[in-house]
Amino acid sequence: MPSLKSLRTRINSVKSTQKITSAMKMVAASKLRRAQSQAEAARPYARLMQRMLAALAANAAGSPLAPHMLVGTGADRVHLVVPITADRGLAGAFNSNVGRAARNLVRRLESEGKTVKLLPVGRKGRDYLRREFADRIVHDVSLAGKRRIDFGDAHALAERIAGMLAAGEFDVCTLVYNRFASVISQVTTEVRLIPAPAPPVEENEQSGPRAIYEFEPDEETLLARLLPENLAVQIYAALLESAAGEQGARMTAMDNATRNAGDMINRLTLNYNRTRQANITKELIEIISGAEAV
Amino acid sequence: MPIPLEIVSPERLLLSRPVEMVVIPAYEGELGVLPGHAPMIVLLRGGTIRLYENNQVTDRLYVAGGFAEITPERCTVLANEVIPASEVSRAAAEQRIRDAEAAYQAADKSVVANEDAAMDRLQSARAMLEAAEAP
Repeated sequence: MPSLKSLRTRINSVKSTQKITSAMKMVAASKLRRAQSQAEAARPYARLMQRMLAALAANAAGSPLAPHMLVGTGADRVHLVVPITADRGLAGAFNSNVGRAARNLVRRLESEGKTVKLLPVGRKGRDYLRREFADRIVHDVSLAGKRRIDFGDAHALAERIAGMLAAGEFDVCTLVYNRFASVISQVTTEVRLIPAPAPPVEENEQSGPRAIYEFEPDEETLLARLLPENLAVQIYAALLESAAGEQGARMTAMDNATRNAGDMINRLTLNYNRTRQANITKELIEIISGAEAV
Repeated sequence: MPIPLEIVSPERLLLSRPVEMVVIPAYEGELGVLPGHAPMIVLLRGGTIRLYENNQVTDRLYVAGGFAEITPERCTVLANEVIPASEVSRAAAEQRIRDAEAAYQAADKSVVANEDAAMDRLQSARAMLEAAEAP
């Protein structure tokens, strides 16, 4: 039977943990709102970019001069895997889901005899993958300490990937990240970045058959400029989704933690009261039997 | 009849409203867009977007580069950096020209694409200075 004093200390410590987790939940909720609105605001650009790309790619895909970023290098030997995770933990299974998906992907590719290179974004993913695949990590990016993700971060990452492609360091590039499905659910997704998947041919809502565009200066130049930009936009979208997902996951995790702490406090309080009662009874018995003996 | 104009940056929708005419700095020269324009996809060089209302310029916006999609029904500009011309500072523009000139000097000119990219950057920076000086 634990002493009353030790029970009291336990209860107090669980109470302060509960205060911390509920504060973290609050913080995550407000960050989630910000992240969601940022992701919302980024959508028009991505949509328009896709539309332009669809118009251009339809014309260029058949040509032998089509850029590598669109059609790939023609080979399928070296894979670059880019897992996006958070820089902080305490977000439930958020980071380990991406880590596990990336690990499975790497194992699968290697069992098929491909070479894999890793470029983890976010501290947690790097730490997770370093345990097993330290020699495959070519570079890592951390966005720790940033209050918000800006397009420049995505652009820098896209430039790095484009540079590696130009240097022939990989053939296929895959992004692994948590897609924000809802506040309580994040879906781990793999997206192929290079070669760019064929953009969905969306039926033009207003103008019926697809317009035939004139291009200025010419298609090759436009594509050469548009594709890196599109890469950056896709990475940016993934980073934002992941940031929103992180806050959602943390909110859920902290909500659970707060509830668990509450349950624990109840249990401990019950235990404490019982012990106190037992002590009183014991003392009474001692007094009464003492009185009887006189 | 006005033409709906949208200016979008990766981070948000910057402007969406119908205008009478818009002049955009296309790669091979300025391009005036009125309703019913032939469908085009153009690359933008650095320059000033001018919005017209009743034959008067109502707004001037500096863009550092980007793309535009023009259809008979609308005009969409995708740009990374858009600053109202009145807010472009001379000092920032001059700094940018210096940086771009340095980058041009340093660029590996054996590859044509590199030289072009550096040249475009310099040109964009000079357009920024022009935007700052224009009334």
